Amino acid sequence: MKGIVSYGGYLPLNRINRDIVFKGMGWLHQATYMKGEKCVANFDEDSVTMAVASAMNCLEGYDRDHVDGLYFSTTTSPFKERRCANIIGTALDLKSQIRTADFTGSTSAGTSALIAAIDSIGAGSANNILLCASDVRIGKPGSSQELSFSDGAASLLLGNKQVIASWEGYYCVSYDFPDHWRTENDKADRAWEDRFGREQGYRKFIPEAISGLLSKYNLQQKDIAKVIFPGIYPRDHALICKKLGFEPGQVQDHLMTVMGNTGTAYPLMILISALEDSSPGDKLIVAGFGNGSDALLFHVTEEVEKVKGQKRGVKRYLESKRKLNSYEKYLAFRNFISTEGGIRAEAIPYTALSLTWRDRREILGLCGTRCKKCGTPQYPVQRVCVNPYCGAIDEMEPYRFSDKKGKVFSFTGDMLAFTPNPPGIYAVTDFDGGGRYWFDVTDCDLESMEIGMPVEISFRRKYVDERGGIVGYFWKAIPIRL
Amino acid sequence: MAEGIKDKVAIIGMGCTKFGEHWDKGSEDLIVEAFTEAIEDAGIEKKDIHAAWYGSCYDEFNVGKSALALSRTLKLPFIPVTRIENLCASGSEALRGAVYGVASGACDIALALGAEKLKDTGYGGLPEMSTSLGTKNRVIFPGISAPGAFAMMANRYFSKYGMPVEEGRRVLAKISVNSHKNGAKNPKAHLKRIITEEDVLNAPIIASPLGLFDCCGVSDGAAAAIVCRADMAKDFRADPVSIKALQIGVSSGEELGYTEWDGTYVESAVRTAVRAYKEAGIKNPREEISMMELHDCFSITELVTYEDLQISPRGKARNDIEDGFFAIEGKIPSQPDGGLKCFGHPIAASGLRMMYEMYKQLQGKAGERQIRDPKIGLTHNLGGFPQLNVISLVIVGL
Repeated sequence: MKGIVSYGGYLPLNRINRDIVFKGMGWLHQATYMKGEKCVANFDEDSVTMAVASAMNCLEGYDRDHVDGLYFSTTTSPFKERRCANIIGTALDLKSQIRTADFTGSTSAGTSALIAAIDSIGAGSANNILLCASDVRIGKPGSSQELSFSDGAASLLLGNKQVIASWEGYYCVSYDFPDHWRTENDKADRAWEDRFGREQGYRKFIPEAISGLLSKYNLQQKDIAKVIFPGIYPRDHALICKKLGFEPGQVQDHLMTVMGNTGTAYPLMILISALEDSSPGDKLIVAGFGNGSDALLFHVTEEVEKVKGQKRGVKRYLESKRKLNSYEKYLAFRNFISTEGGIRAEAIPYTALSLTWRDRREILGLCGTRCKKCGTPQYPVQRVCVNPYCGAIDEMEPYRFSDKKGKVFSFTGDMLAFTPNPPGIYAVTDFDGGGRYWFDVTDCDLESMEIGMPVEISFRRKYVDERGGIVGYFWKAIPIRL
Repeated sequence: MAEGIKDKVAIIGMGCTKFGEHWDKGSEDLIVEAFTEAIEDAGIEKKDIHAAWYGSCYDEFNVGKSALALSRTLKLPFIPVTRIENLCASGSEALRGAVYGVASGACDIALALGAEKLKDTGYGGLPEMSTSLGTKNRVIFPGISAPGAFAMMANRYFSKYGMPVEEGRRVLAKISVNSHKNGAKNPKAHLKRIITEEDVLNAPIIASPLGLFDCCGVSDGAAAAIVCRADMAKDFRADPVSIKALQIGVSSGEELGYTEWDGTYVESAVRTAVRAYKEAGIKNPREEISMMELHDCFSITELVTYEDLQISPRGKARNDIEDGFFAIEGKIPSQPDGGLKCFGHPIAASGLRMMYEMYKQLQGKAGERQIRDPKIGLTHNLGGFPQLNVISLVIVGL
């Protein structure tokens, strides 16, 4: 048996009510109005950092050394050339002897990578593969995409043991459909007329893939517990389900109103929310959308009961949110308006890439050391034990801090140091189990900070050096989300 | 313990520029000014100096690397000159180099000079901090500024001693008010304005809970000392100032890396003070010390230093502050020249600037700020952060 072994979702903390966006730019195209809210990646998040967050949720309780491969899907890679799967793998402290690939170029990349991962496992070339799909989608100010696009990530661990949803098959349709695209130099999507994308694409490809799947595997609509696909056009979503012959109870909530269109992650995020409520025996159809459609069939197993309520999936993240009430701040976070950071903001020292390579496990993987003599965990990596009562030399073993929780030892909110989102909050953090280091604190309001506050560690963009095209990734502390 | 430096070396001349935002002066101007005053005060000529130690902290915003800046500026005649950098202790480190040089017998007369030009950065506060701890630190260091690092200490202190933030801020405010009172009487000080507690409390927050008036001035300036063998000091002047102790103490890193330190004191200051008092032969610092210039980069730093130096009992500095113990007419006047708070803080000049005040006070030349009959003066620097730092302590007397 092969299929989904574990899942992890991630929605950024910030949500913006679409009314706020519409109030800002709705004068331009009044027909773009859409209700509800969408997720907004914080200024220090991108598709890579959110992928790491969802993957950490997915891998909780699993031995990371057993992961044989990592596939990353996105349409919003921070790099044109540099394999992001490898940044994610290093951050997760996976072994280096694994297969990796980035899947990109279409919002179907999430489902495409899933099929590829299942094929690898089926072929026996891997026992399991971690799939991370993540997007920070950017719509031009005033566009309908700006209102519908959202940010989020989903990770699935696919494997051949302890499968919670077994893989039953797939049906793909692939078209060079020009509803939207981005050239090498475009920051935001370009799109053909919305009606065209909706009527000639969305309304046609998804039914074609789903009905193709049903007939390929001789299934009736009534055999399916949930049909799951993005609600990019909510009214048409309902129409498609009706036309395909599914009852409303068989249709998985598409979350468009409360979450938005998270691109490659979208079908996988709603699949996760379906798995969170599924029962053994359920058959699930999940379909993506983007230059065609991939429809996938899963059969939920008894194993699902073991993980129920244990995972950070999607549903609890929907409730864990902070209102972003400033449209201007949203634009600044996405670099649509250039802000005055002061001369201090320009004083970015160079990054020694030979150093960040040499110490990648320490920096990207947040692995410090633990003294084998006295057991003291320490960060950064030390050769001489920091414990004043020990001081052993070269008695260290690697020790991963990224999956440890901690408590705020002390903190401040800094108005002098540069940050794109002042005040800069940082805290000396004492880890449960030992070890102390200082971290920037993000996804947090200064008013809520206090000594002793529990925190966890989150992979973030620490700085961006525009001159060198360098994104400095590191870890920050965040209040425990869920 | 080794016998130490006590009474082996004396200061026979000092100079100090006005500290402040010297938009019209470069480091060279400041160096020449401090040096000229020092040799005139000592009654010597440039050719009498056998060796020199030059303290400067920042390279890129100051005069670059090496001792050439001092040697070229003053046209020192091919003598040994050493540049020293040890964060905010750089000035006291330069003095230590000169004092140790003389004490060793390698030279008889030596110059210590510290200079810093901070106002060529284009922004307020000190230059970006992350690189000061190395290339690697840059990528793993949170966005910490100096006020933020000490603000974390204030939050710990308030928490440990059960002080609500507003109450704690009011205690700290009294420290700044005292410095401003003294600084207002000092023609060379950067900030010369008397302030009230309300001014402190109502000022904008820089790094919570520290506000603008909890932070010292960022200034340009230079200060210099001429030292010689103690046995020849009286040949130059009747009132040379003798070095009683000169200690440096540097963090091992355990404060930030190990979880024992509680964040309400400075470990290296505590340990350095023990060594300095022993070197100077001081048994009861609260009774024996006449006056102090402490490294009040932030009000909280001054507060914990009272305790770290065994002047106030642990957790009780507040009582002394509220009793006026550290006022100019108090038992141990502190920051008589205005401190970093008001005299200003050109990093590598500060240690020597503090010594300048102790020197003038001991000689009875402090004018309006003169402390009555001081015997023993102490200067203290803290370079870095409460968690990772360099401490210098110098004790002097007539």
